[in-house]
Amino acid sequence: MSRLEIPIPNRAQIVVEQLYKDLERRIEASPSGLCPIDMSKAFLELCHAQSCGKCVPCRVGLSKLKQLIEDVLDGGAEPETLSLMEETAKSIMETADCAIGYEAANMIYKGLIGFRDEYLSHIEKGRCSCNYQQPVPCVSLCPAGVDIPGYIALVHEGRYQDAIRLIRKDNPFPTTCGFICEHPCEARCRRNMVDDAVNIRGLKRMAADFAGKVPPPACQPSTGKRVAIVGGGPGGLSTAYYLQLMGHQVVVFEMLPKLGGMLRYGIPNYRLPKNRLDDDIEAILATGVEVKHGLRIGTDITIDELRKQYDAVLITIGASTDKKLGIEGEDAKGVISAVQFLRDVGKEAAIDLKGQEVCIIGGGNVSMDAVRTAMRLGAKKVSIVYRRRIADMTALQDEIEGAIAEGVEMQTLKAPVKIEADEEGRVKGLWVRPQMISSIRNGRAGVKETGEKDLFLPCTTIIVAIGQDIEFKHFEEAGVPVKSGVIQTESHGGFDLLPGVFAGGDCATGPATVVRAIGASKVIAANIDEYLGYHHSIQSDVEVPKPNLSDRLPCGRVNMTEREAGERVCDFEGVENPMTEAECRQEASRCLRCDHFGYGIFKGGRETIW
Amino acid sequence: MVNLTIDNRAVSVAEGTTIMEAATAAGIPIPKLCYLKEINEIGACRVCVVEIEGKEKLVTSCNNQAEEGMVIYTNSPKVRKNRKMTVEMILSQHDSSCVTCVRNTNCSLQKIASELNILEEPYKKELEYQPWNKNFPLIRDSRKCIKCMRCIQVCDKIQNVKVWDVEGTGSRTSIYVSGNRSIEESDCTLCGQCITHCPVGALRERDDTEKAWWAIENKKKVTAVQVAPAVRAAWGEVLGLSEKEATMGKITDALRRIGFDYVFDSVFSADLTIMEEGNEFVERFKKGDTKQMPMFTSCCPGWIRFIKSRYPHLVSRLSTAKSPQQMFGAVMKTYFAQKIGVKPDDMVTISIMPCVAKKGESNMELFYEEYAGKDVDVVLTTRELNRMIKTAHIDPKTLKDVPCDTPMQDGTGAGVIFGTTGGVMEAALRSAYYLITGSNPQADAFGEVRSTREQKGWKETVFQIGDIEIKTAVVNGLKNTAELIESLEKGTVHYDFVEVMACPGGCAGGGGQPIHDGEELATKRGKRLHALDEEASVRFSHENLCVQKLYEDFLEKPMSHKAHMLLHTDHNAWDMPRMK
Repeated sequence: MSRLEIPIPNRAQIVVEQLYKDLERRIEASPSGLCPIDMSKAFLELCHAQSCGKCVPCRVGLSKLKQLIEDVLDGGAEPETLSLMEETAKSIMETADCAIGYEAANMIYKGLIGFRDEYLSHIEKGRCSCNYQQPVPCVSLCPAGVDIPGYIALVHEGRYQDAIRLIRKDNPFPTTCGFICEHPCEARCRRNMVDDAVNIRGLKRMAADFAGKVPPPACQPSTGKRVAIVGGGPGGLSTAYYLQLMGHQVVVFEMLPKLGGMLRYGIPNYRLPKNRLDDDIEAILATGVEVKHGLRIGTDITIDELRKQYDAVLITIGASTDKKLGIEGEDAKGVISAVQFLRDVGKEAAIDLKGQEVCIIGGGNVSMDAVRTAMRLGAKKVSIVYRRRIADMTALQDEIEGAIAEGVEMQTLKAPVKIEADEEGRVKGLWVRPQMISSIRNGRAGVKETGEKDLFLPCTTIIVAIGQDIEFKHFEEAGVPVKSGVIQTESHGGFDLLPGVFAGGDCATGPATVVRAIGASKVIAANIDEYLGYHHSIQSDVEVPKPNLSDRLPCGRVNMTEREAGERVCDFEGVENPMTEAECRQEASRCLRCDHFGYGIFKGGRETIW
Repeated sequence: MVNLTIDNRAVSVAEGTTIMEAATAAGIPIPKLCYLKEINEIGACRVCVVEIEGKEKLVTSCNNQAEEGMVIYTNSPKVRKNRKMTVEMILSQHDSSCVTCVRNTNCSLQKIASELNILEEPYKKELEYQPWNKNFPLIRDSRKCIKCMRCIQVCDKIQNVKVWDVEGTGSRTSIYVSGNRSIEESDCTLCGQCITHCPVGALRERDDTEKAWWAIENKKKVTAVQVAPAVRAAWGEVLGLSEKEATMGKITDALRRIGFDYVFDSVFSADLTIMEEGNEFVERFKKGDTKQMPMFTSCCPGWIRFIKSRYPHLVSRLSTAKSPQQMFGAVMKTYFAQKIGVKPDDMVTISIMPCVAKKGESNMELFYEEYAGKDVDVVLTTRELNRMIKTAHIDPKTLKDVPCDTPMQDGTGAGVIFGTTGGVMEAALRSAYYLITGSNPQADAFGEVRSTREQKGWKETVFQIGDIEIKTAVVNGLKNTAELIESLEKGTVHYDFVEVMACPGGCAGGGGQPIHDGEELATKRGKRLHALDEEASVRFSHENLCVQKLYEDFLEKPMSHKAHMLLHTDHNAWDMPRMK
């Protein structure tokens, strides 16, 4: 007889645990547009099945809620049903013994408030106002609407040049995005339901790697119209590309010596090798874009002049000024904004950090770029100072991990309070106040002071990476609407009171991603074309291979590998290793072709023209 | 070429051929339910699945291509079992009260269930119920809908009207009028193409046969029925009559045996329409009224509903002439009623039409000086005619060719071709030529305007008549029509006269015609109408002696005040829901 036993999970339990994992991945891939009431009912049934059954509110109350939801869905409910549901949910929240009960009721309660209109539509009309959206999740979630299943199928067949041609229909920066796109496309990849999302970004990079140089398509006949684009970043150049293809003549005004904007002067070479960026820019310029360098808007030229000289004007100046910390000592020598710091590196005029201790303030992607650049510039010690936890950082997970691997220190839960300088006004160090993580508001954990004493972090350079602003002053004076420091366009990218003037990219959205700027460029190019009195369309003649009918057996995702940290931190060469062609082909074969299988073949599948 | 094996047979097909087409070519039919060639190839019903050797999952044959070296089984135990279970699932959500269904014996679900020898339903029935206004000309029974999505696709891809849509998600996914509208507030044109492409009985026209039977039985009422040109090319298809056997004379016999008092042929009023519309066109053309925008024909009520809802600013471009159905009704209740000495109120006018929209058209507003009531009281589709023939237990083989009643007995070949795309234009041009030059052209001089169901876009033709050049266009299907109107509005094309028929192929392919799932018979029926025109002794509407007599005795002349009050209409007198 044994007094105690080591519990051994039974077979059923093991299988259920696997099913939980399956369900987690499935929820991750859940498309939007589903009826929220039907979903609530499904969630409620899951929650109810989790109940131990001891207490009345959970065991009985949840099933009452379920019956009431069913009444709503069956068209048998009255407006009073909602009040009863609300009261019932509140009662369970207030009386249930444990979280299984009160959190289940809370989910229903949140829905009663959050999608009341949908509830009312069901009750009043007996009809559901929802439609299935995102039939092809990756395409729906790509701000530029790139034909992802299409180019993955082309990659699978080894037709890399065609893949690039197809991508360019919606995105003239295939190489750049292959390296640094934040790949929102992967978020709800249906392949998650089988095993894991397809490595879409990686496949794009490989298409670009294997394709070599691919010339752009021929431009449509010249319209004789001229368009000025202020700012040669991704948004400006993408719009320039599409307008050129439509037959308009574009002149890009760029104040810096080279084109690319943040891609060149913000993103470090180790993430996006500049010769690869040049591949994209060369193809864009090959369409006949004219470029005028060294002219600064507001000083050398004005919007009003451009409006007189050109048929349309587009503002894509990005967000290139830094946000200030607003703490004592910020003007000390050795305090530099991340934007300036990275721009200097891009201009090959980097400051010397050899042997220095450097603090970078902020937890976003720019901060990661700055710390990893500082490491490469030979700093002795590089630390990120951040108010919250690593988990709260807004930077991509891969970037954070890359920085840690390269030896960056993470000074989390420390809020900067003061910069201390020596007699000559040079930075001596940073005073920070210890924080503790606190209550969650709007889905994000806040912090509060621990009450411990401030700490001193000795350093000689402080890089501030807490966000960027837009140089809007000149535009505001020219009558361009500006709100909270961001240019306010209408949804068509223009301004009702300034016909012929358009704006897009970071300056119209606040700092965002490359692919969002490219997505906006399609909207703006189309609307400038309409404004100029045309209706050109952009399409690709690349024929997409028929879908692969193989069984979709689970198969691991090919992740990109990186050069070893100790080696890569010594130079600015690219850190990411390419896939082999075999890896590339296997990864491409994982695509489920949602454009052909499922709802995509019925509605919202392939869009071949815009 | 692609070489593969289907059911142990070596098959060789062109690249790009679907598995289903490859099998069909090899004499191996694969059952299907939702599939509609080029319209609905979405693999929704999963009935057409086949097994590919070496693959676990079955593949739909309708939308996947044959590949080199494939070894396919269309009838393996695995295929049979899964196909049967799929149909059993469909049946669990389908009201299988077949004996009371309008599509009994002409239902694709019934057919496949029977083929698969399904003798019991293993799953519990759960029928979806949505309320529906049974007085509307188009009726949808949610309990029969199998969500094949064909109605959505037909309305979207052929007609571009988009009345139907998927509604809701998950287990409660349904089909309903799009945009959360009711059918009454939608811009449905009532073309009926969704009905003729529904594989089951979920969509049908409002059945008005009881109204006709009531009128026949009511001793106080005198019934006068007219039969549209396109009906003669289709009614025999489901009665076992060959194309040549199924004559208008036999329809007349059937209608008399059913009990109608007077039987007429709408070809007469088609000729009458040409007299009014042809004269109106020549008048408008000469005034320079067609320099910017053409005059559009007005005989298709689906088209009228379409232009009123989508292009209300172009309604003035329609001919003001009523359609042949309405003209005949007006003549029956005035001229004819006087002739036989019956009060218009005691007359019940009935029409047999290849069309569902005609049921809506018969409700149109009339001018003040007309008699009370409607031009046409009861509109029946070709399908309803066939049902009445069956109800009366008339053996079609015993029908004889008998003439219509007088004094509206004659019809010309020009009137017969009203039932097919291009026919109205051709008939109008034959008479316009006469009006302009004073002599007849060759009867087939304008045959170039003829188009077919398969024709994409529209057919444009320019004619020199005397010293006048007339630019015409003929279009069928509303998606094509929308494209034509957009080009007209952009100014990239210009025409003087445009014929529009809402249904693909014109009335021959009308939404009220007999249904043959998977077959499109409009072109074949249209050819039959052209053959009848060629055989006709008179082929010019203006030479219809009965029409001439009508003008002499009653209407004075085309476009007279009286003709205007009876034979023309104000298209703005009623409203369509506007497109949102």
